[in-house]
Amino acid sequence: MSTETQLRAIVENPALSAAQKARRLALAAENLLAYPELDAETQAALDARVICDMYEGAAPYRPRYLLPDFSVVLKRGSEFLELPAPQTFDEALHTLQIAYHHTPSITGMPVYIGRLDELLAPFCNDVSDGELRAKLKLFWRYVDRVLPDAFLHANIGPTDNRVARAILEVDAELQQIAPNLTLLYDPATTGDALLEMAIGNIAACNKPHIANHSIHAATFDARGYGIVSCYNALPLAGGSATLTRINLRKVAEGSRDEADFFATQLPRAIDLNFRLTEARVNYLFERSGFFESFLVEEGWVDKDRFTAMFGVFAMAEAVEALQAKASRAGRYGHDERANALGLRISEALAGAVEARPVKHLWRGRAMLHAQAGLSDDKGLTPGLRIRYGDEPDPVTHVLALARQHKFYPSGVSEILTLDETVRANPQALTQLCKGALASGFREFTANVAGADLVRVTGYMIRLSDVKKFNEGLGSRANTTGLGAEAADLTGILERRPRVIPHEFVSREN
Amino acid sequence: MNSSRAKISRVYPFSVVDGPGARLAIFLQGCQFRCAICHNPHTQGICDDCGLCVPACPRGALRLESGRMEFRADLCDHCDACLRACPIDANPMAQDMSVDDLLALMRRYRPFLEGVTVSGGEPTMQLKFLAWVGQGMRETPELQGLTLFVDSNGHLPESGWRALAPHFDAAMIDVKALDPALHRRLTGFDNARPLASARWLKWAGKLYELRAPLIPGVTDTDAALDALAGFVRELGADQRLRLNAFQRHGVKGEAANWPAMTRERLEAAAARLRGQGLENVATPSVYLG
Repeated sequence: MSTETQLRAIVENPALSAAQKARRLALAAENLLAYPELDAETQAALDARVICDMYEGAAPYRPRYLLPDFSVVLKRGSEFLELPAPQTFDEALHTLQIAYHHTPSITGMPVYIGRLDELLAPFCNDVSDGELRAKLKLFWRYVDRVLPDAFLHANIGPTDNRVARAILEVDAELQQIAPNLTLLYDPATTGDALLEMAIGNIAACNKPHIANHSIHAATFDARGYGIVSCYNALPLAGGSATLTRINLRKVAEGSRDEADFFATQLPRAIDLNFRLTEARVNYLFERSGFFESFLVEEGWVDKDRFTAMFGVFAMAEAVEALQAKASRAGRYGHDERANALGLRISEALAGAVEARPVKHLWRGRAMLHAQAGLSDDKGLTPGLRIRYGDEPDPVTHVLALARQHKFYPSGVSEILTLDETVRANPQALTQLCKGALASGFREFTANVAGADLVRVTGYMIRLSDVKKFNEGLGSRANTTGLGAEAADLTGILERRPRVIPHEFVSREN
Repeated sequence: MNSSRAKISRVYPFSVVDGPGARLAIFLQGCQFRCAICHNPHTQGICDDCGLCVPACPRGALRLESGRMEFRADLCDHCDACLRACPIDANPMAQDMSVDDLLALMRRYRPFLEGVTVSGGEPTMQLKFLAWVGQGMRETPELQGLTLFVDSNGHLPESGWRALAPHFDAAMIDVKALDPALHRRLTGFDNARPLASARWLKWAGKLYELRAPLIPGVTDTDAALDALAGFVRELGADQRLRLNAFQRHGVKGEAANWPAMTRERLEAAAARLRGQGLENVATPSVYLG
């Protein structure tokens, strides 16, 4: 397709809003530029999608993820934006609303809107609980309608406080896609009451996520961290310059055997992905001019606090491929040996990422990340997750993967899918969360099934399947019917809780 | 060290429907009752090593070895073809497990648990084993704080409950029908023992929940509901009563043709029971209609 045709197709696409067209035109224009220079080997691996740049664009002109320290503008105002320091709760919210429009990310919208309870606490003294809720409700509606992006993320916690509580109340009431929400949880400071309130919200609307604060706090420094976009943990007042990723399935499939994978193919893919990362990081820091912005001058972000996320995905398929090459049957997520192989891969990745200095980055290093997928990753499981439809019960699920989490400081997530009987027993969900975090999970996300899928005394079944089954009851007695039913039930078992990951994005995002 | 063993049909590490909080559910194999409405009939019988299920398994996970059934869990994909092939409602996948095996599982799952529930089948058919499990839990430091619940058909005589009492925290007892004739029709047994079990457990402070299966036109008639309300009031109006909606999934035989319980009908029954003074009536969160 010629450039003209391609641009024309965007302009004339009736399904896109003007703003969406503008965004796509910008990306198309960016991609007319030459890519940051890559050597031939790296280019070939990128073309073959063994490594991947997430289609971020050919000329990085802003960091992928930006985590501004909004306390700066709330305390001092902004000379550049001609904003005085806010004095009241209303002024604080108003200042934040303005600030969000000046904090870009790869999506064109902010991915981080702050640890809101901590930011707003100084302005709340004269605000009643009722006013707090009413004002936050308008603020929440503003965020969802003006910045409608599910990657946009608010944080609360780890202390139990009235702003955090009001936010949870408002969030459960409105059930919007934006902002996404994470409660930073620390058993020592958060307390059971706030956790239980958050768990009640999960049962109602699958939000918030619960982050393992003590693990994250120890990974970062005194300036702090934030959880943004899809479960990414990054330095506050900084962020991530870029996100690149290795398709572990392709690396495994291209290996002769396990030994070749560990000795040659994986180290090679890691090296190539580093070269891709470095090319993009260097362009952003040395050519883009981003760091000459007022955000740096006024101290919203610090040029030295940006890492690069070194992503991997399709661990499940990689382990399966290596198991098959070794003629072993055990499945990832179910078999001790398969899980141990996954752990060994993670260990190798973490060692390699930690060993390689990268210019410009926070602490001079990239950070390993279990990348949660793109919408066109067909047949590839995000990050380290167990293949969808093949998950064991949630406790076995947690125990299968918990040991890997420590290797992924910039983020790793599993989605635990629970049938809706748990709604009548939120206490159990709280215990699952505590157990997962105590076992080393960096982050807890649960998805409570809507209506179709339930566990009955040990089995998962789909209500719609049962309905069909019941309707065909007359033919159940004959053997043909039983055979069909067996196939059907096997099918049911292969279609265990179905998850539509919230983080699935189109290429353009 | 305790190597006393029992037939375990299945262990489920995250049960949210077998008592309060998150529980390890241990389903023991074998039940005296032959309930028409049982939706896990494969937990009733005890495998007699007949081998009829071996050719039914598409994965080769079952074989007869020196006259004994052997099951390879690593090959099984839970298609349940063996259960359909079994002529005596047993489960060739049931595993022999020792008290120590179960205690090891509890330690493994401890961070995720508030308690353990033994269910079945009818767990009290392996009474001594239950007592060992309860005693083992008390004597294991890492398992302190976990409660042990027993989910029972109530057929155990009072002497049995007395013997088990020091070793468990509370029980859930089925009250399938107050009318003895109907109870016999539904289960094959009289209801005197289940009712006596409920009374004794209440007296002992160990009755967590009564469970009543509501079957349209069978156990949800006005007369049946009123009798149920009377029995619960006798124990105490605040006694927790859980209503289960009859559904046909897994049910074999005559009851597979009975109509399933609907939400509307069950809510009406719950309203009638509450109207008669019952203060703690729990209804299902899910209906399979």
